[in-house]
Amino acid sequence: MSEKKVILEIKNLKMSFNKGRNKKKGIVRAIDDVSFNILKGEAFGLVGESGCGKTTTGRTIIRLYDPEDGEIYFDGKKISGEMNKDLRKYLSDHIAMIFQDPIASLNPRMTVAEIIGEGLKLRGIVDQSDRTKLINKMLNKVGLLPEHGTRYPHEFSGGQRQRIGIARALIVNPSFIIADEPVSALDVSIQAQVINLLDVLKDELELTILFIAHDLSVVKYFCDRIGVMYFGKIVEIAPAEELYKNPVHPYTKALLSAIPIPDPRREKNREIQFYDPKMHDYSVEKPMLHEVAQDHFVYASESELKKYKMDRTKER
Amino acid sequence: MNDDKKLLEVKDLAVSFNTFSGSVKAVRSISFDLNRGETLAIVGESGSGKSVTIKSLLGILTGNATIESGEIRYNGDDLLKYSESDFYKIRGKKISLIFQDPFSALNPIMKIGKQITEALILSNNMNKEDSKKRALELMEIVGISEPELRYDQYPFQFSGGMRQRIVIAIALASDPEILICDEPTTALDVTIQAKILKQIKKIKNERDLSVIFITHDLGVVANMADRICVMYAGKIVEYGTCDEIFYEPAHPYTWALLSSMPDLETREKLFSISGTPPNMLFPPKGDAFAQRNKYAMAIDFEEEPPFFKLSETHYAATWLLHEYAPKVEMPEILAKRLARMKEEGGTSE
Repeated sequence: MSEKKVILEIKNLKMSFNKGRNKKKGIVRAIDDVSFNILKGEAFGLVGESGCGKTTTGRTIIRLYDPEDGEIYFDGKKISGEMNKDLRKYLSDHIAMIFQDPIASLNPRMTVAEIIGEGLKLRGIVDQSDRTKLINKMLNKVGLLPEHGTRYPHEFSGGQRQRIGIARALIVNPSFIIADEPVSALDVSIQAQVINLLDVLKDELELTILFIAHDLSVVKYFCDRIGVMYFGKIVEIAPAEELYKNPVHPYTKALLSAIPIPDPRREKNREIQFYDPKMHDYSVEKPMLHEVAQDHFVYASESELKKYKMDRTKER
Repeated sequence: MNDDKKLLEVKDLAVSFNTFSGSVKAVRSISFDLNRGETLAIVGESGSGKSVTIKSLLGILTGNATIESGEIRYNGDDLLKYSESDFYKIRGKKISLIFQDPFSALNPIMKIGKQITEALILSNNMNKEDSKKRALELMEIVGISEPELRYDQYPFQFSGGMRQRIVIAIALASDPEILICDEPTTALDVTIQAKILKQIKKIKNERDLSVIFITHDLGVVANMADRICVMYAGKIVEYGTCDEIFYEPAHPYTWALLSSMPDLETREKLFSISGTPPNMLFPPKGDAFAQRNKYAMAIDFEEEPPFFKLSETHYAATWLLHEYAPKVEMPEILAKRLARMKEEGGTSE
């Protein structure tokens, strides 16, 4: 995988929000010094509990928020900090986002064709019939029918609405998609439809996907590499198989042990591990990301790293 | 099965809602019973009628709901014949409910302690000091550290998991016999979910509670349930013990539900149920799942299947089990997973 080109590079990204209206009340550090790369054509999963900063990371990449510190490079171009008009256009042409809530993210007063076609309009495709052609093609691609274009979002079910959201993101031919919990608002049976659709589209359109989710079984199924976030920091990055087989960081272990599995016998004898962040003593040694195996990084201090490596060899 | 084991018995319950566009048949004649000390899980997609079912147990259906038929036997009485003042005697006292969303279930401008003692003072006629003592006990039981300090705090000072613990404490306040959990962990993270489920299980075992557990997450069900009812479009399509449903599912809907969910070893393309659940304004003729069922036969569109008996405890409503039906195999992805589970189960036992 290492020959593959890095498409998105995030370096020491920091982002914080003010508590309340003024800075006196203090700040919440949502992303604290996060760095990772995403390779072209892969699905990168970002998991963690609510409030750990995974959504903020996604939104900062597409510049819904301005990063406080750190750099983001997309395809070699710096997309953090000041951007001129061309760069802004470049960013919006190449990165698109699929939102979590299929109900709130679609304007209830626009028809489906208008919602999907809005991006085209903004990109200067003024001719109505050209637009309709492209929209119909896209509707077919996501498993809807051209006649659905004239309807309004409320006429659709949750799964269909998420398909509309996907169509809207894909109509501008992006190469990079940020999918922020695209299936967590859907029923299990519908979830499978949407995941299969994303999988097919990913191969067909050669997309790179940043998949943000808290459902670990879905992330494992969908993603090539996974980053685990805890309180604004990435604590472990590894290829999906490797992460689930040999988790290193105690938080990852706790997270994996808590996944409910549809198998009663295994479920009833399961040991759940709990994670206490107080177990780390970072007062002397400063922690950073270390590589413990190929492509497998963990956030630890030097002495912890030694311990993790020992445990690893023991488990083998 | 003798009768004193049965705590609650629901017979042919049917509920519909009057709306502007007609009457929505939310629950269409379902029957089940709850035994003392067991956990019964009701599983289904949104709109399958599981929440409506438990709301009718507590008499908290909205105004436009009509109970078309059926009876709910509890302690020899029919709950459906209860008046509001009769319900007042059992609701929250004999049958308690834990809500789905811990963020909106608590009053944001009332101290936590008061929210717990409120129930005690009103229903058990306790005085203030006794009720405080009891509330602190309850907070300890549900696993809240420093209850003395927490007692005087407001809900916004609690995290989601802690709030859900408070909701559980309130539900337990007057020693109910039946605890109904309506998706108690859907709004929570997996690690918190694991803690809450463990707590509910522990409390259930200590107090010999009967629990009705509503959820759509099959992983959670595998952990909690003794018996499972699978609901679809307002009907129970399959019921059986936990092992029977997970290891020997018989209804195509249960197959689909199990195989549309990836587990950690899944690599194949997911099995997806095509289409959407039927519109319950016009419930379909025959088997409601027929439209989306690739195993559907002509009769599925004509006539509703009765329950076929698979074992003493396991029943499924599908024509596939009829003696004249062709033999069909469950989806490959599920068959593989079951084989894998058996293998793993075999080595651990």
